[in-house]
Amino acid sequence: MKIILKQVLVLHPEQKLNQKSDLLINNGIIEKINGLNEADFKSSKVFDLDNKICSPGFFDMHVHLREPGREDEETVETGSNAAAAGGFTGVACMPNTDPNIDSAEIVRFIKEKAKEHLVDVYPVAAATLARKGEALSPMYELFEAGAVAFSDDGVAIKNAGVLRNALEYSLNFGTPIIEHCEDESMADGVMNEGLISTTLGLPGVPKVAEDLVVIRDIMLAEFTGGKVHIAHISSKKSVELVRQAKKNKINVTAEVTPHHFSLTDDLLKSYDTNYKMNPPLRTRADAEAMIEGLKDGTIDCIASDHAPHAIEEKEMEFIFAPNGIIGLETELSLVMSDLVHKKHLTISQVIEKMAINPRKILNIPIPQIKIGEVANLTIFDPNLIWTVDINKFKSKAKNSPFDKRLMTGKSIAVVNKGKMFFEDKFTAI
Amino acid sequence: MSLSNRHLLGLNGVPKEDIQLILDTATTFREVLERPIKKVPTLQGKTIVNLFYEDSTRTRISFELAQKRLSADTINFSTSTSSVKKGETFKDTVRNIEAMKVDMIVVRHKSAGVPQYLTRISKANIINAGDGLHEHPTQGLLDMYSIKERLGKLEGLKVCIVGDIAHSRVALSNIFGLKSMGAVVSVCGPATMIPLEIASLGVKIFTNIDEALAKNDVLNVLRIQLERNAGTRIPSLREYHKYFGITSERIEKFNKEIVILHPGPINRGVELSSEVADGPYQVILDQVTNGVAVRMAVLYLLGTMH
Repeated sequence: MKIILKQVLVLHPEQKLNQKSDLLINNGIIEKINGLNEADFKSSKVFDLDNKICSPGFFDMHVHLREPGREDEETVETGSNAAAAGGFTGVACMPNTDPNIDSAEIVRFIKEKAKEHLVDVYPVAAATLARKGEALSPMYELFEAGAVAFSDDGVAIKNAGVLRNALEYSLNFGTPIIEHCEDESMADGVMNEGLISTTLGLPGVPKVAEDLVVIRDIMLAEFTGGKVHIAHISSKKSVELVRQAKKNKINVTAEVTPHHFSLTDDLLKSYDTNYKMNPPLRTRADAEAMIEGLKDGTIDCIASDHAPHAIEEKEMEFIFAPNGIIGLETELSLVMSDLVHKKHLTISQVIEKMAINPRKILNIPIPQIKIGEVANLTIFDPNLIWTVDINKFKSKAKNSPFDKRLMTGKSIAVVNKGKMFFEDKFTAI
Repeated sequence: MSLSNRHLLGLNGVPKEDIQLILDTATTFREVLERPIKKVPTLQGKTIVNLFYEDSTRTRISFELAQKRLSADTINFSTSTSSVKKGETFKDTVRNIEAMKVDMIVVRHKSAGVPQYLTRISKANIINAGDGLHEHPTQGLLDMYSIKERLGKLEGLKVCIVGDIAHSRVALSNIFGLKSMGAVVSVCGPATMIPLEIASLGVKIFTNIDEALAKNDVLNVLRIQLERNAGTRIPSLREYHKYFGITSERIEKFNKEIVILHPGPINRGVELSSEVADGPYQVILDQVTNGVAVRMAVLYLLGTMH
């Protein structure tokens, strides 16, 4: 089947593309860019995309798909559907499943589950067996099976000696270690420690618990030459530490979630468990530091930390509720509403942080918008105004604090692997 | 006159007029408690559930007595006698209780925010009997009542809360309530027990107990709660007593009138010496009696709201 994306603004900062074009896609391959003739239009399904933007497909490098183990919360399929609906053509899924992704069989199991889907799913494997922070997982074998990075996400790799070994061992195949930076000995709280936690009587986790592990990891990245990627950075001081490390040419990258630049800890006053996450929502100054970090390149990319939970688990007394919110289907809109429309980032910068940089960090080829290439595209409308409705999410879960929020900007369609997701359904193209 | 909110979740944000009304109403009930027949028919026909998810002896007894004195029908529900252990969620438990048509719920829970959550899932009036490290508003009210009973006023008084402020729900209720009534509030304790940014609530911090004694009219001395892991924040109870314990020698150094409160139960020889716990400065048993009157006032004011 042939489709034409008509008069869409093609933006690809790496290829220096920035112009309205007609794209002819035949069997999932970009066949023509501009110069389309009448016969092309007659033989194709035409999408009129004036005022819409077409970029290389977005990639979320931090999602929890819950399979294997908690298929009641999310599966590879439903999580991938949520990704497609949110404008993503690729995701990297975290290893804290049950069992953990610490054997090649499980990497292959997930890849097999995702094989037919439009969305590319790249497993991140556990850095240590069962994420216990003790013995290294079979990293080389996991890499060969398709793992693109290693992480004990949910916790940091506890022991500096083990992290050193993981960083050094991964030098042979070039993958990063993704770190959830939190010093466990200071982390027995449920929100950011500060005036709000004091007022609410909720035990807090201080920002320094994050900063301590960030600085440890930066020093080990420098010492070993390995790559450290800081997951969901949230503290102002940590952003400054990464900024300095980058100036010193240390191999460190960082991601931030939309909620850490959009929301702050004063929202916890409602004791709504949809504001309970780890790292916790921080203060206004921290949220502003996230935006500064995105602007000056200290923070390389935006990732959702999509964390599905069953309704009955989240509907619980605050201290007992699990951490995390889903994010795939609100991420792009929060980026547009809170970063682009507030003039913090340009749309080109957003494409770098949501399509290009995450793939660079994970050594995944960046989709090219070029004749003869596989069409791996996100088409979005930065100005579309819509209201979030958790009941319309493709994700199995509904734990989002953004329900009923008015947003500006939304994905219209994604194209990848000869498939298209448009108007709520997948079609072969 | 009636209260501005149909729940009592905490004293944060409760207007002065409401606190005044509760304290005035408590005075009336305090008098009832001195009568030979201590019962009034005020809440006859009302059903109140005491939902206690955490051990409590005196608060639960005090609420229960207050309810009986007001002629309400009372049901006690605590985790050991409920289906909680069979894995029922909190929400389901509350919905089941609600289905039995109750008018008020008095709740104690380990997690801060549970009373507020209850207002979203139940139609009953909710009274917080202590939520996590957050608030214990009836304790704050009975403390204020007891101070006022002894010193005749609250406005302008200097009140210092001593001990593990970070792990106390009594501290926050005292801070919010007393400040609302115009008292000058401070805290004193080892720095490991003082929560971050407490000064932003308009509270002075004393690092030295003698200075706190010298500069305050009232000390509200908190229990050192080993069950709340206090042991990780102080080297030993002995050392705590040595540097922060209230003893007769300490008080008498200053040769002045001082009022000592304690929410109970007391660790004798830790936060208070026995001499002080039984001595002339303390109002500890008055607090217990006043607690019933204050809880009667709260139940009455909320239970008769339209």
